[in-house]
Amino acid sequence: MDKASLASALGSPSVFGQSQFAFMRGNAFEARVKADGGAELLRLVHEKLDGRAAEPVGAEVPDLSASGPEGRAARTSLALREATRTPGTWTLLDHPMLALEVAGSPAFLEPDAVVVHPDGSWTVVEIKSFPMLDGAADPAKVGAAARQAAVYVLALERVAAHLDPAPRVRHRVLLVCPKDFSNLPTASAVDVRKQRAVTDRQLARLTRIEDIADELPDGVCFSPELPTEELTEAVESVPAAYAPECLSACELAFHCRARSREAGAVTRLGRPVRAELGGLSTVEEVLAAARGEAGDPDDPAVAALRRAAGLRAEALAMAGVGGGGVAGCR
Amino acid sequence: MSLITTLARLEAVRAEAAQPAATVRHRHLSDRPLVFVPLITAGEAGAPLGALVGTDRHAPRLLVVPQPRDRDLRFTFLAELADVVLPYVEACAESVEAAERTETDPETGKRVKVEVDLCSDAAQLIVPSRAGVDFVRLLGRSMRFRRTAEQDPQTPHPAPPRVPLLGRWLTHYGERARVPGSSLLLAMTDLLGRHWATGQSTLEDQHLGALLAWIAPAEEGLTGAQAARRAELARDAEGQLLCPPAGPATDPAFDNRLLAPAIERYDRARTALAAAEDGLEADDRLGALTAAEREIRALVESRTRPTWESVWRGLDLLRELPAGAHADDRWTRDRWSFTSHRDRVLAGEPPQPRRDDAVTAANKLATREREQARLEAQEALDDPLVMAGRRLAGEAFAGEVVDVVMEYSESRRPSPRPLVTVRTDDRPHLGERARVYRSLGGRPQAAEYAGPGAEADTLVLRIMDKMGRGREPEAGSVPEKGDLVCFTLFEHEQRGGAKLPDPEETPWTHGGPPGEAAAVPEAADAQTEEDVL
Repeated sequence: MDKASLASALGSPSVFGQSQFAFMRGNAFEARVKADGGAELLRLVHEKLDGRAAEPVGAEVPDLSASGPEGRAARTSLALREATRTPGTWTLLDHPMLALEVAGSPAFLEPDAVVVHPDGSWTVVEIKSFPMLDGAADPAKVGAAARQAAVYVLALERVAAHLDPAPRVRHRVLLVCPKDFSNLPTASAVDVRKQRAVTDRQLARLTRIEDIADELPDGVCFSPELPTEELTEAVESVPAAYAPECLSACELAFHCRARSREAGAVTRLGRPVRAELGGLSTVEEVLAAARGEAGDPDDPAVAALRRAAGLRAEALAMAGVGGGGVAGCR
Repeated sequence: MSLITTLARLEAVRAEAAQPAATVRHRHLSDRPLVFVPLITAGEAGAPLGALVGTDRHAPRLLVVPQPRDRDLRFTFLAELADVVLPYVEACAESVEAAERTETDPETGKRVKVEVDLCSDAAQLIVPSRAGVDFVRLLGRSMRFRRTAEQDPQTPHPAPPRVPLLGRWLTHYGERARVPGSSLLLAMTDLLGRHWATGQSTLEDQHLGALLAWIAPAEEGLTGAQAARRAELARDAEGQLLCPPAGPATDPAFDNRLLAPAIERYDRARTALAAAEDGLEADDRLGALTAAEREIRALVESRTRPTWESVWRGLDLLRELPAGAHADDRWTRDRWSFTSHRDRVLAGEPPQPRRDDAVTAANKLATREREQARLEAQEALDDPLVMAGRRLAGEAFAGEVVDVVMEYSESRRPSPRPLVTVRTDDRPHLGERARVYRSLGGRPQAAEYAGPGAEADTLVLRIMDKMGRGREPEAGSVPEKGDLVCFTLFEHEQRGGAKLPDPEETPWTHGGPPGEAAAVPEAADAQTEEDVL
């Protein structure tokens, strides 16, 4: 489903977009890393991950083109199998296609590259255009790259499971970034075991799409051509739990935020806020409890709120008359 | 976030306007700060596109890099930036006052007082957002290892003369910004977020336009919440944001629809000029190039000017708050930091290394921890609203003195140890004989918890010090019946930690002494054809 056009039709267009400058630079850097049959990239894999193996000279770069994502995924599996059966050689798969089952339906993933080592093990390579400055990159961006790579590792493990003997998928991926302020590649091995385990668990827990579809009323339709009210109603039929983090991840976040605001949910101020307030989940509920108009005074959350409201009012009143008394604690 | 701040946010949601999160201003604001609003090119990891910079609200200097990929144009930008920033920094560095500092005498090993210079004011740099602070660091890192033609005649791309020096100053500012409570380099979003609670999440507070709209909506007839939404999302007929992001990153729609075509026109005009065959043709084409450059300048100004105005409006709002009593004390520490960097530059020391040695790193960490504790204590003492949060957390209590009983210590020269009974509704987490402190004329007076009082909601404290040397306590040093008092469980002043060894005596567990490798000045960055900074 095209969530971006759906968001526009709902009247809360998403704000995602990529600047062509960023796009061009990303592509130029990736092309540079993979130039000459991936010589530079393989050198980095050899140096950072597999120093004991033979020098990567004359590596195989199989052609992975095929029609459609299914075809490309099949071609990738075949290439991986062949590469694993020829020990002693390095193989670079440029933009392979992997299939991973998410919530019961297949999703196709395209890692930047996968390298097959001479010992038959596989490594995911992620090429990013944010810089590694004096050996350290922005932790938030590295974290995002590690989560992304972990999904590729999981998908590769599914492919490996079909082979006998199953080859090892390395849990240390290679992150390739520009060095300092230049366009020269440098790399670092990133351990994604934790991200892999988390993603694996989340995938296993995801509600299957069929189950979500079963919950929906019959005949519900999400076509962006529908009138806004009808479409809003249709989208409402799928429950969503908006939190501010959604803003950086989902095209529909602004729509959900507006709905959350109308519902008066406190989660839109952040998940920690929600956690602090116990069973109270709407703004009006919390404020009424704080004013002493509602809520059970024996509930610790309500009692704390009343104390907080009292102390806040006292402090503001004190400051309003220009300090003095206990104000400055002097 | 404490429950009190959460409550303020929820009140802001209902009122559709920001609520106070502080009753005094907790950061020092210079009378004449330097405001810096930079823009970068997307994807180029800090390649500057332009900036508005200056100390005069009505006359900022506009700096533009018409083609961000061109090294010479970037150097021109950095040189112009140095022309604005360095005179401002140096004006502060030149005016000094005498101050005393305790130092260890290298010969006798005794602590002695020495008279040193302290800059009477420090340069204050204000950027719109936290990303701007990171960009200042990045600029500093990219410039401080550059070589000028004078330093190294062989260097293929010499930097303009004052650029490495600017890099050292910006590095110092970026580093100092990591010290809690420091005000040398401030982000406007952090400043406003510290003093007001909005009805949106802290994530959304990173948008300067939206944050400011909550506090003081600029448009008539809109509530803070409505104005914030408008600032965040509203676009004109061409799909451009009405309130451009505070940067340094630009909006992709601006990049793709306006900036990219303008840069392309500039590139074409430049190629055409280079290919001109005679003077007359060259004159024509130079005109076209100038026009293309002017267009990019106008674009950059259109995206930085609103942010520039926002930063100054934010400063106006903050100046309306009375200054916190301890903000000046922390600013004095900033002045010491500024002075010591000035002295390092004057002494001809090399630029800050890429990686700190073990001793420097440990010192920086200890400083940040100490300053964090200091900041928390001082903000609570300055601001009843912050103190309310500490009282809610059981880390302080306020109440009325209901009884004072005089007692004395059991030594040969008995000293006063009065027992004071306080009635309070707060619930402090007091252990047996726990120490508590109150501020007495700006100095902390310690007391010991002696147990609960006879009546409900009372507790008994034994005052321990600040009562003078005599048998009778000095007037005003012991609370009297009916006084309102406020005690804290945390200390008011921070002690320095254990002294670290000199770098030459770094233990082997921490990499050992720096040795000869550290004596060699760090090499400049390798330069390639496609550098971005």
